Order: sequence, then structure tokens, then C-alpha cells
Amino acid sequence: MPVAKLGLLSLDDLARRLAHGLTLTTGPFRFRVHSRQMSVVRGLATLYGEFPIDDDTGFRDFHVRVDPVAGPRQWIRPQVNFWLDGHTPFKPLPLNHAFALLEWGMNWCIAGHSHHYLLLHAAVLERQGRCVILPGDPGAGKSTLTAALALNGWRLLSDELTIVDRDDGLIVPLARPVSLKNQSIDIIRTFHTGAVMGELAHDTHKGTVAHLRPPPDSVSRMQDKGRAAHIVFPRWKAGATTRLSPHSKADAFMHAANHAFNYSMLGRLGFELNASLIDTCGCWDFEYSELREALKIFNELVS
Amino acid sequence: MTNKWAHLLLALRTPTAMAGFDTDVWDLLVRQAASAGLLGRLGALAREAGIEEKLPQAVRHHMQAVMTLAEQQQRAVRWELVNLSETLSELQGPVVLLKGAAYAAAGLAPGPGRLFSDIDLLVPKSQIHIAEAALMLGGWNSSHHDSYDQRYYRDWMHELPPMTHIHRQTVLDLHHNILPETARIRTHPERILAQASPLADFPRFGIPCPADQVLHSATHLFHEGEWEHGLRDLVDLDALLRAYGHESGFWTSLITRATELKLGRPLFYGLRYCQKLLLTPVPADVLQRCPRRPGAAGALAMDCLFMPAFSTAHHSCRHWFAGVAVFTLYVRSHWLRMPFHLLLPHLVRKSWKQRVEALVKREPLERAETP
Repeated sequence: MPVAKLGLLSLDDLARRLAHGLTLTTGPFRFRVHSRQMSVVRGLATLYGEFPIDDDTGFRDFHVRVDPVAGPRQWIRPQVNFWLDGHTPFKPLPLNHAFALLEWGMNWCIAGHSHHYLLLHAAVLERQGRCVILPGDPGAGKSTLTAALALNGWRLLSDELTIVDRDDGLIVPLARPVSLKNQSIDIIRTFHTGAVMGELAHDTHKGTVAHLRPPPDSVSRMQDKGRAAHIVFPRWKAGATTRLSPHSKADAFMHAANHAFNYSMLGRLGFELNASLIDTCGCWDFEYSELREALKIFNELVS
Repeated sequence: MTNKWAHLLLALRTPTAMAGFDTDVWDLLVRQAASAGLLGRLGALAREAGIEEKLPQAVRHHMQAVMTLAEQQQRAVRWELVNLSETLSELQGPVVLLKGAAYAAAGLAPGPGRLFSDIDLLVPKSQIHIAEAALMLGGWNSSHHDSYDQRYYRDWMHELPPMTHIHRQTVLDLHHNILPETARIRTHPERILAQASPLADFPRFGIPCPADQVLHSATHLFHEGEWEHGLRDLVDLDALLRAYGHESGFWTSLITRATELKLGRPLFYGLRYCQKLLLTPVPADVLQRCPRRPGAAGALAMDCLFMPAFSTAHHSCRHWFAGVAVFTLYVRSHWLRMPFHLLLPHLVRKSWKQRVEALVKREPLERAETP
């Protein structure tokens, strides 16, 4: 199968391919993406340039589509919807949220179906062959930290979904864009002038959302699984001194289990995978206010 | 008939054939099987046939995912039965599990890889209010508080309004019959209860005898007006028939029970479409001996409705006539369920209520929130 990068297509070619269905690979998953929405075309061109596309054949894990809804709402305050193989799992959203809806839809496809894996709600990055898992409650600054690390030489495996392979306990990368919200968008823009972001989606249920392009090296290595070394619970706090302190393993276990997408579904296997993950990882609380300081501590953690 | 689901039917009939499917075939087949609720079944069949390793890895992962979900549901139903044994310990007479819960709890042939959404219990009619009261004390809450709905279920139907457990959110349907009180066929639930055998692991509960399992599965399939799971339910029937077909005396007892319970007609349809779609082995004379079977012309006419209805398993294999067929079968299911003088006002009210609710909510259906 001839493999090419999405970024090698012109915007017109990409639009033409997407109108019929474009097969995009992200980690172990092949998505067939279908859309006639120009904002989706632009979003993919900006953020997925390094991702492999190949012949529009073979087995695809998920057949997805983002397009305007039928009926009057395609013209009056236009809305778009997300389809997985002809089904619409969500309520329609404003036109301006089309690309964000594709990203959320793709997350939902994996989180809701891929029970071959243990799926934790956490970001995961790697340096020196050691993965750091970042579970984080909303507002804890997980995505901001993830973006900053990815822009500073860390390999991005995922910003939302830590995928643990049931066969070998290794972390499976997706290398998809990082979703940034509200102030984080400007913080990251100021923090790193090289940060490439997609268009802003205003007034979503998460506020304003923009996606950060994943580092090319992370994308080219998206078939290499990672080995977990640390679990860090980040907490951003205005004016806080940067501080890394041990987190109880029992609590880390419970947190990972409670925030996993399918922990109880996996039954005994879920327990075993989670337990061996916590056993092998250092567990830490991390409080910070300054991203540069945070990076220093993280680099020390894996050196 | 469309041949777009040829591979789905082939996989169900001859699981070893799956080893030879290429990735283009799987691209459609996994979606068809998932939509039909049969992906877990295909996974279980592949495992049983020892060909799992020959399937593409991604396909195996999708099957494993659904089988993981199915195993969780089986664990959950066994835990519910532990709790329900306590809740219903004071009840007199048998409590019989039907369909999905029975397959899971008793390890019956259709069980592996099968998903189900609720627990169906059958109790003697004399016990239904005692059972309901005991369940409410055990934390099971009744839905449908509207007085019309209450009357619909309590006076006309064969079950109470669905009950949901306040903590575990499990849904339970409490039946006293397998067909509505107002149905054209008057069957004999007490005979099903009398022939049920207790489960070794959960002695408070029983499962129907093999012939009754087949008859109930067929009756449910061919009397219901909802076809999203039509093919899946036919596959259940096929699994039961293949499992029991070799036991001596099974086919004779099936005919005898069909006569006693007056369920020959749904049995005839069940056997006919199992043979047509899944090539289920059925001895030649069984269909001939089936009581209350329709005439040749009637059977052909019903083929024109049932065959397209089964094709609604996935949009890719949908027969052009499926829309009309499913609507006609929906009307038929109500026709079989209640006499015309009750049916007409009921349907008018139901459709009026749906329209008003849709208008008030401005949303045709409640759906999941975007993640």
C-alpha cells in the first residue's frame, strides 16, 4: 500500500479526498474520515500534515463523518453533526465547532469501543525512553503542561487517552493534536513561538478551544509503544513554588481506576493492568505556576 | 434479496470461513456485525473454531472489545442474581429467567459474546404484585408513572413497566406471561413455569426447558414490532436449535410443546428463517408437523415482509422494501397484541403523544453529550 503524508496534498486535493473519504492512521487505529466542511479540511491540513494516509481500502477501525445537518439548520444558525458509520451519537453543534467535533468524535470512538485496551483518562509523554502519565482533573493544567512538554523535546503519545495494551502492558501512542482551552491557548502561544494551532472554536461546552499540532517526531514514532515510568498529578496554582512530592500509591491506583474509561469493564484484567502500572511507576504530586520551572523538574525526573 | 450481507451470513453459518476473509471484506463485515449486535458472537464463533489467530489483528481487537463488554455484562447479571435471590426469597413459586439473562446465567449456547440490556423475569400471575413489592423494597424503581402507561402495562400487557435499580441502574422486566393479556394467542405461562428447571448456581431462579426456550425466543422475535435486533434474535434461535437438535426427543418435544402452548405459528417462522438465512439443520418433517402453520401462499407472503425486515441489521444491506416491511410488521405486532377496539385508540394516543413530546423537547431523541 503506498503510504503518503497528508501534508503532501494540496488543500484542493485534500478537500477532494475528504469528500469521498480519506483513510488516516493514528497509532493502532485507521480512521476513514469523510467531510465536505472546509474548516475540517483546513484543520486537518494544519494539524495532521505529518500523519500517514494511504489507499482508501482495507480495514478501517472507524468510519466517521462531520458534515452539516439536514433540514433548516443547515442554513439558519447552521449546525454540524458527527456520524460514526451512519449513527449520530451526539447532539448537533454550531458550524464553527466542526473541527473540534471531529476531534471529540474520534476520542469518543476510541474511548467507547477500544476495550481491547485499558483506557485511562490521562495525558502521556515520553523522554529518554520513559513515559510520564499525567492524569488531571479539569482545570488542573494538564493540557497546558502537555503542550509545553511536547514543544520542548518530549515525545507526545496522547493528551487525553493513555492506552495500555493488554498483551504487554506498554503504552500505545496516538500522537494526535493537543486540545487547549481558554487561557491555555494564549499561554502556549506566548510560551513557544513555534506553536502551530488550528482555528479557534468559540463558546463550546469547554469554552474556547484550539488544537496544537503534534511534534513531527512524535507522529513519525507513533507505532513505537512506550514504557511507563512515572505518574504525575499536576496542579497549577497561581504563585505556587514548583514542588514535586510523593503521592500515595494506593490513592494513585484508585484515581487511575476511577478516571479510566473502561476499568471495571475489564474486570480482573483491568485490576492487574492497573496494579502493575502503579507498581512500576513513581507516583507524584506536582504543583507549579511557572512552565519553565515545570519543564526543568520534568527533565530531571526522567534523566 | 440483497447479497451485500453474504459474508455476514457465511460467517454465522460457517465460522471457519472467516479465516479466509480479506481486509476489504472485514471493513464492511465488522460494521455490519457491530450494528446487528453480532460482533461478539462472531468473536465467540472464531474462538470456538480455533481460527482467531488467522484474523487480522485489528479485527480481533474489535471482537475482543465486544467480548470484554459481554463478559462484564455476564458478571453483572450474576451479581444481580445474587442480590435478587435475597430480594425475592419470600416469593412463592418459581422465578424463571428469560432470554439474555438465562443465556448468561445458565451458560446456554447463545450466551458467549452476546450483549443484553435488561433482565427478564417470569413469575406466576398470582405472585406478580408480591414480587413487585419485594423488588421495590430491594431498591427497584418503576418507570412510566403516567396513569395511562400504568394501565397499559397492568391491564393489557404481559409485564409490568420496566424497573430500574436505584444504585446499579440495571433494568428489569417483570413478566407474568410471554404474550400480552389482550393478545390473539392465549398461551399458557403456567406450563412454562411448571417445566422450568432450577439453576445450580442460583437455586431461586429457573430457566425454561429447552423446547420452551426455543418457543419463547421465536415468539418474542415474531411478535415484536422492533427489528433492530431481528437478526441477532434469529441467531440466538439458531444457536439453541444447533445445541439441542442432537438431543434425543428434542424435536418431538418441541412440536408437542408448540401444540400445548399454542405457539406453532411463531415456531414455524423461526424454523423457516433459521433455515433460509442461517442454514440451521432442522429435520425435514418438523416444519410439516408444525401446528398452526400458515399455508404455502401465506408463508410466501410473509417472506416478503420478514426477509427485508432482517436486512435492517445494517444500512449497507438494507433491502429496498425494508421501510414498508418494518412498518407493516410494526402494525402487525400491535394487531397481534390487542383487539382492534383497544388498538386504534392506543396507536392514536401514542403517535399524538410522541409528536407533542418532540415539539416540547425540540429534540427527536435524547442523545449522549459530546465528550
